[in-house]
Amino acid sequence: MSKELIRLADCTMAFDDEVVLDKINLSIKDKEFLTLLGPSGCGKTTTLRIIGGFQTPTSGDVLFDGVRINSVPPHKRTINTVFQKYALFPHLNVYENIAFGLRIPKVEAKGVKVKLPEEEIDRRVTEMLEVVNLRGFEKRRTTQLSGGQQQRVAIARALVNRPKVLLLDEPLGALDLKLRKDMQNELKRIQKAMEITFVYVTHDQEEALAMSDTVVVMDSGRIQQIGSPEDIYNEPKNAFVADFIGESNIIDGIMRSDGVVEIFNRRFQCLDGGFEQDEAVDVVIRPEDVDIVPEDQGQLKGTVTSVTFKGMQYDIIVDFYGFKWLIQTTDLSPVGSRIGIKIDPDGIHVMKKSEYSGMFGDYSSYSEEYEEISDASYDPEEEDSGDEE
Amino acid sequence: MKNKLSWFAVPYVGWMALMVVIPILIMVVYAFTTAEFQGTLENFAEMGTYASVFLRSFRLAIIATLVCLLIGYPVSYWMAHEGPGFQRLAMALIMLPMWMNFLLRTYSWMSILENNGLLNQFFKTIGLLDALGVEYIPMIGTPGAVVLGMVYNYLPFMILPIYSVIVKLDGSLLEAARDLGADSRRVFRKVILPLSLPGVLSGVTMVFVPSVSTFAISRLLGGGTQIMLGDLIEQQFLGGAYDPHLGAAISMVMMVIVVLCMVVMNHFGEGEEQAVML
Repeated sequence: MSKELIRLADCTMAFDDEVVLDKINLSIKDKEFLTLLGPSGCGKTTTLRIIGGFQTPTSGDVLFDGVRINSVPPHKRTINTVFQKYALFPHLNVYENIAFGLRIPKVEAKGVKVKLPEEEIDRRVTEMLEVVNLRGFEKRRTTQLSGGQQQRVAIARALVNRPKVLLLDEPLGALDLKLRKDMQNELKRIQKAMEITFVYVTHDQEEALAMSDTVVVMDSGRIQQIGSPEDIYNEPKNAFVADFIGESNIIDGIMRSDGVVEIFNRRFQCLDGGFEQDEAVDVVIRPEDVDIVPEDQGQLKGTVTSVTFKGMQYDIIVDFYGFKWLIQTTDLSPVGSRIGIKIDPDGIHVMKKSEYSGMFGDYSSYSEEYEEISDASYDPEEEDSGDEE
Repeated sequence: MKNKLSWFAVPYVGWMALMVVIPILIMVVYAFTTAEFQGTLENFAEMGTYASVFLRSFRLAIIATLVCLLIGYPVSYWMAHEGPGFQRLAMALIMLPMWMNFLLRTYSWMSILENNGLLNQFFKTIGLLDALGVEYIPMIGTPGAVVLGMVYNYLPFMILPIYSVIVKLDGSLLEAARDLGADSRRVFRKVILPLSLPGVLSGVTMVFVPSVSTFAISRLLGGGTQIMLGDLIEQQFLGGAYDPHLGAAISMVMMVIVVLCMVVMNHFGEGEEQAVML
């Protein structure tokens, strides 16, 4: 794509000996939409705050356009942030919130402070209101706006300063599903139109896949994988990524030779290679890549133990030799029936063993409740407080 | 739920009616009547005589309020930015004097400020008095002593509301301002100050109102020369110049002026907010 704009080199962040970021290396290209994706506590927000200048890494360098900016304070960076809870100024109306950054005198080359003329401010604020679809809301107090409108004010307030980079910290987290989908498209459109680098933090994998040019999957302070959404989904690097992005069956396997992997003592054709002979590996099989066939034609044979209707498809759990798989299918196979399955070579993804091996990918404990818990946006607290009333 | 709970307000409403509204009504009746309870405006006609006391009261109260604000705001700001342990300690130290009797505190100041009091003795010891060629530095009986007494007694009422507003300020607002290019001075001027204005207004009210009507401080530290409205009113009810009807009239005029001040100030406060908005 285009040239590199930001580089994090060996960035470590520790609070009181607790390492939050562990030697992060990350390159962000100009005008790209990059998403930091991971569960809460994985270090994604800390990474964002380091880029924004709100935190200085304990060690390592932050480079912007090749210049080290570790100790440059936030107000001197050409980077703006859309905060998680918007952080709109409650004492200012919509117009003044957006104009806040423009009203600050800028220091020119000779050290002279220059104020933007009022007409210029007005023109740019109006233009921004147009972009985020909030014409007519100028005089409104921000407290009178809905969540989605506040969100758009926050975006306008940041973008009006024409930053090189816009940082977004879970900006859609507080919105309902429908609005979230609309705002995803809206953000993508704005990013394309204004040609600004977006660094986006989220724990929602669907959001990350839908919006990004590059996805950075993080866990426990380390980057697990960097790649395009397709790469991340199709070629997960380890069991954590495979599990976090979409649904996955992760099975122990043995690489017999390039293109041949053994699962449950049966050999399968695959497209992966480059492993040692007889190396123990993790094998990822996506639930939608499994074809159900009559039992006698199957590469593997198992018993259906649960069926859940999901609208577009059925989620069925199938017991193969004691290991439970999730399979998504449009054909109903009743509970208790025996089925066979076939998997095409491109449906089998082989990964090196990692610290995450054996932690994910078995659907033995699968239930409705399990699904809710594994959905990162699901908040059990909410349900609890509902019970008390 | 709400309706059931609202019954708990009944004792308070009753108390307010009995102990606030009715006394004010009695005061109004007294103010507009003679000793024989005949309707009259005479009590107000005499008000001009006390113009100097009114002026002094408001002048000293305004000075004391400003001094409290000038000391209180930075202290509150600083406290709010320290760690929670320090905040608790500072809060305890600020509240500590208030556990002592008000008169006792004021008497202590008398013995400090007297002509042969602690402070003058200290000045003597370090040779300051000899250097200036005076017996003592007059402190007690001056307007300054009265202001000092009021500042000392009422400062916590300025610090507490300002502190509680600043400490609750959303940190992400300050980060947002910095993110948008504001340096620390601008963050303070454009975000912290306007958002802490409600605390300032209630602090100013809580210091100004008791300052205007203060009486013991002005008598004890003012040495009888700095008589204020509180003292004047007290004299009408308890002193030699017994005339409750005049006392009520003075109280009423004072109350009206104070209320006017508050209205103007709150308006000014809103105006300030508007000015920031425009």
